[in-house]
Amino acid sequence: MIKWIKQIRATGGFRRAFVRYFTKGRSNRSVAGTMGLLIFIALFAIFALFPVVFMASNAFKPLRELYRYPPTLLPQNPTGQNFRDLLDYASDSLVPFTRYLFNTGVLVLFGCAGQILISAMAAFALAKFEFRGKKLLDNLVVYALMFSGAVTGVPNYIILTRLGLMDSLWAIILPSFASTLGLYLLKNFMEMLPDSLIEAARIDGASTFKTLISVILPVVKPAIMTVFIFTFQGLWGNTGGSYLYTENIRPLSYMLSSIAASGIARQGMASAASLLTFLIPVLIFIITQSNVLETMATSGMKD
Amino acid sequence: MSNMSKPIKKKVPLLTELRTKKDIYLMILPFSIAFLIFTVAPVLFAVVMSFTNYNVIQTPGFLGLENYINLFLNDDLFMTALQNTFIMAIITGPVGFLLSFTMAWMLCELPDKVRIFMTVVLYGPSLAGNAYMIWGLIFADDSNGFINSWLMRLGVMDSAVLWLHDAKYMMTIILIVQLWMSFGVGFLSFIAGLQGVDRSQLEAGMVDGITNRWQELWYIVLPSMKPVLLFGSIMSITGAYSISGSALTGFPSTGYATHSIVDHLGDYGTTRLEMGYASAIAVVLFILMVGSNKLIQKFLRKVGT
Repeated sequence: MIKWIKQIRATGGFRRAFVRYFTKGRSNRSVAGTMGLLIFIALFAIFALFPVVFMASNAFKPLRELYRYPPTLLPQNPTGQNFRDLLDYASDSLVPFTRYLFNTGVLVLFGCAGQILISAMAAFALAKFEFRGKKLLDNLVVYALMFSGAVTGVPNYIILTRLGLMDSLWAIILPSFASTLGLYLLKNFMEMLPDSLIEAARIDGASTFKTLISVILPVVKPAIMTVFIFTFQGLWGNTGGSYLYTENIRPLSYMLSSIAASGIARQGMASAASLLTFLIPVLIFIITQSNVLETMATSGMKD
Repeated sequence: MSNMSKPIKKKVPLLTELRTKKDIYLMILPFSIAFLIFTVAPVLFAVVMSFTNYNVIQTPGFLGLENYINLFLNDDLFMTALQNTFIMAIITGPVGFLLSFTMAWMLCELPDKVRIFMTVVLYGPSLAGNAYMIWGLIFADDSNGFINSWLMRLGVMDSAVLWLHDAKYMMTIILIVQLWMSFGVGFLSFIAGLQGVDRSQLEAGMVDGITNRWQELWYIVLPSMKPVLLFGSIMSITGAYSISGSALTGFPSTGYATHSIVDHLGDYGTTRLEMGYASAIAVVLFILMVGSNKLIQKFLRKVGT
């Protein structure tokens, strides 16, 4: 601490040290501009964080504080009661809590592993090899980014019914394999790899698939992590909606969202449930963020 | 043999190509199958169904353009949905895009720790699948709602406002919530793209007399960011057309003030099971999404060249 203060003294006072820190020492940056940026960003930080703080504090409020007038932003007497209630409710429910957890586990495991493998194979072929139909597939992948699941929802419902996949976890997992965002990012990332990498593997006698698994996948780890977080996020939040109607194959997010929707009496529990649902993908993102950003650097559209 | 001198594109028979590049075709096979079944087929299927009166129960009959005629001439609610969707898309699309870029650029001006912290803070809402519940509590209709109670205590209002059920405010609330969630995948790619701007180019710019950050942004950063901006615009546009008002304001929303195309589609597709009519709505949505994307791509590609 003292060393720190001495350092600030040496660089010419707190103000100079402050400016130097926030302009990263670049001389062509104005102090006023930097202050402006900081204020603008702080305002947005408040806007972005407010609902999250609100949700988190509700989760720790005792019941009488949840209905107090006027409502307070932060809990006066924080309690873990809502989380205990949630646990009690979960262990008392008709379908055991562990069953929901297991279903979500299956969904996430098969969904993420499948999508990573399937997208990586196609991305490798598109990034590094010539074949007939490549241009078409390339274009279709980009076109698919231009519309959302809302468009394909109705026919997909019919197709899944006809395939006999309705009311099984496959109804959620299989359609996710067709998503192109992950494939697009993986392909762009792989295009940057030097061809010599593949040549070397070929000289060693590795098949194309072997090359992908043992040479390419380890080098594109950031892109894999990115596909993982995006896929995870989609599957984690998926409640199964109208695709799953048997209670014991529904995922955790269904249980949590049904608590959240069950109204006033369970508001404390609902907040606790919402907080947990929200925190898990955020934690994974915090862990993987440097990988994600490394991948997104190659996300640009080529001509 | 006169054309021997010209370079001839060698056309290998398809079967030979399939045999010699078997491993490559096998690699694209699983994705191609999934993509064909769950993306290509549904789009084509929707187009075909949109010309029928398919409703799951009866055998479908061919209607020609009747669904589309009804949609545009006889369905007032669809017109409301179209209008609401345009309002949502025009505001959250471009504004979300510009906001994401501006914020990304500002963050990259700041030290790494601040940037990483703010990236998580701003991207966080996109990870909150159940965001609507939180906003529902914040804008709760009774005087115990957070916004209501504060505005009443500050003396701005005398009585509680039905934020989510008064047609005067509903659209504004939806727009606020959507902007809250607008720092998504595009935002991440802007941050990453800005980090990747060539340092030596920036230094060269300083030597060449770039005296402030605005000039640097305009002359060096923006031109080199074009591919990333194109990608970000696709993310923004597709997202902006996918907004469902009913997630926050309930279905049907009061006076249909936030009724969007996605809500209309959900109503016919999953509640009334009028698949033919729903398909026509889906086809219109598809055309709007892809059309807007293509248009903006064309426009953005021209900028600065």
